Amino acid sequence: MKKKFLGVVLSVAMVATLLAGCGKKEEAPTDETATEAPADDAAADEGSSSDKVITVGIINNDPTESGYRTANVKSLEEAFSAANGYEAKTFYSLKNDEQINAAQQFIQEGVDYLLLSAADTAGWDSTLKDAQAAGIPVILFDRTIDADESLYAASIVSDMDKEGQTAVEWLASQNLDEYNIIHIQGVMGSAAQKGRSGALQEKVDAEDSWNIVTQQTAEWNAEKAQQIVQSVIDSGEEFNVIYAENDDMARGAVAALDNANISHGVDGDVIIMGFDCNKWALKEVQAGRWNYDGQCNPFQAPYIDEVIKTLEAGQEVAEKVIILEEKGFDSSITDEEIEANGIGDETAPTE
Amino acid sequence: MQKNNSKSSVAKAFSGIFRNQLFIPIAALLLLALFNFIMDPSFFAISFGHNSAGNPVLSGRLITILDNGSELAILAIGMTLVTAASGGQDISVGAAIAIAGSVILRVLCGGQVSPEHLQAPIIVGFLAACIVAMLFGAFNGVLVAYFKIQPMVATLILYTAGRSIASWINNSQLPIVNEPKFGYFGGLIPGIPIPTPFIIAVICMIVMALVLKFTNLGLYTQAVGINESSSKLNGLNPKFIKLLSFIILGLCVAVAALIKVSRVSTINYSVVAKDIEMDAILAVALGGNALSGGKFSMPASIIGAYVIQFLTTTLYKFNVRADALPAYKAAVIILLVVLSAPVVREKLSSLGKKLKSGTRVKEVG
Repeated sequence: MKKKFLGVVLSVAMVATLLAGCGKKEEAPTDETATEAPADDAAADEGSSSDKVITVGIINNDPTESGYRTANVKSLEEAFSAANGYEAKTFYSLKNDEQINAAQQFIQEGVDYLLLSAADTAGWDSTLKDAQAAGIPVILFDRTIDADESLYAASIVSDMDKEGQTAVEWLASQNLDEYNIIHIQGVMGSAAQKGRSGALQEKVDAEDSWNIVTQQTAEWNAEKAQQIVQSVIDSGEEFNVIYAENDDMARGAVAALDNANISHGVDGDVIIMGFDCNKWALKEVQAGRWNYDGQCNPFQAPYIDEVIKTLEAGQEVAEKVIILEEKGFDSSITDEEIEANGIGDETAPTE
Repeated sequence: MQKNNSKSSVAKAFSGIFRNQLFIPIAALLLLALFNFIMDPSFFAISFGHNSAGNPVLSGRLITILDNGSELAILAIGMTLVTAASGGQDISVGAAIAIAGSVILRVLCGGQVSPEHLQAPIIVGFLAACIVAMLFGAFNGVLVAYFKIQPMVATLILYTAGRSIASWINNSQLPIVNEPKFGYFGGLIPGIPIPTPFIIAVICMIVMALVLKFTNLGLYTQAVGINESSSKLNGLNPKFIKLLSFIILGLCVAVAALIKVSRVSTINYSVVAKDIEMDAILAVALGGNALSGGKFSMPASIIGAYVIQFLTTTLYKFNVRADALPAYKAAVIILLVVLSAPVVREKLSSLGKKLKSGTRVKEVG
């Protein structure tokens, strides 16, 4: 009796998970229309590209992951809307195996293009081969994966190592006598953490005047970052740089500094560095309360659109791997730059 | 004669101490304190200063522990009741905090991302969060009490769906509150140097203590937890008591959510209060409460919560490598949980008895 209940409940829970995953589909088409569309396309063949609807299967990480991801998902959904001649099927998960399942589902349903931001770099080979066999071009965005270049049509990604290097170069250009750094890391092993930690670590190893006071993961969590910085303050150790690997954690760190009356930002005792370029964070930089914010560009949609248009026209993609341009901003940032590069909406959604 | 009496009462007290539920959490706390004292006495230094807004503030590691342990202590209160009444745990509190926090920000920001002024009084946002969190608590409670689903399985539903719901409430935006007053709940009220979260936690403890003293809630909860059918025969309504315990936990969740979102004046749905459910359950276990329900001790759970925070702060202090941190935490916690398990306590207290009946000289160990 009890076991039966457990079984029922477990299956309910699983369905609930599924629903939770699908909950954010928004304007995604219903299943029937979606599966019919590609079948029609296949019959019509590649010729008439002008007025046919292109079906794309988008596999991305969960939009709740961060402000970056929220902006990323939103920009993709806007770009691949019905108004622009697309039908988008979306699947969002932070788990690689769930993403692979969804990808196989999309391949079976016969989407025209598969857009992929993989949770993990490994494990995609067979799925990509299936897609190739089915004649579905795969376009990687945001994150690259460990697979042969022949298995995907294009790749539009961020270079996390470069983001870290840009930030460290900026920090070096400040010409401090001594760098005592509190290094707050993201979730260990994520591409963003590796890239942003790697550059700093290299510099610290190379230079005598660069020291790490503490190095700790706050797992992208503002409150944990606050606790870590609080702990350093309590111990009375000297520091003059906080290198936080995203904006949220920099925010938490600043809260701890404010509590202890330690000045920060331009003309302050402590240099504050963040990543991701949320609009609110860029405003902190502009106001001089933070010193630096490194960009992580979530707007790959226009590039993807271009690649699809090229392929639809039957041409070869000129550049298979496109690395997005990513800058770092300090207090010289202008309002226009905040508007153009900041992520996250400032105005109320109209709907 | 007199002397003899006092000697046996010492032995009695000795076995009584082991039997007392508060023994293990307090011992753990003292042990951690002692360890820190030996390693670095400055751990206990408390200093008085001013924050950047010019308000008085107490700082030091002990204050940090009291401050950061608040949410956990508040959750431990509700979790203890749920554990005692239903013999199971709610694993959805972290997700529920995300929901409640999201509701607060939705109300205060009125759907905007970063409004200049609050769109509604803070109290309205908090009350809305209370109602929503209690509704979700009731949802869990109904599944457990009326559909007789295992608590851990029933709350698994909200555990998986909760953070998506939280994100949906705010249209996947991450709103930011610019009003400094909102920061008071997770920071400092001007003029009061003690962190507000701790004050809120103390208020919650006092309210709960009064409720337990002046109502039959504690008695009824224990009766239902010990034997549901006999409590029914005695005229109690076990289903309602279980439901009530989940609703009270919902209220605790709303309070914890207010503190969490106030600390940084914003929210991140996927990381806010991450894994806090496990810490809350651990706090209950560390308090020596039987996880299968029945008798409970509220103070023991609350001390358990602060033990966990004490441990976290200690690990941060010693700069334990980030990726090794959970392993250290796990090792210490396994030790504490095993020591505080009712079975082991029984053994320890019988050991105490043996010492009492055997040679009395040896008892000082």
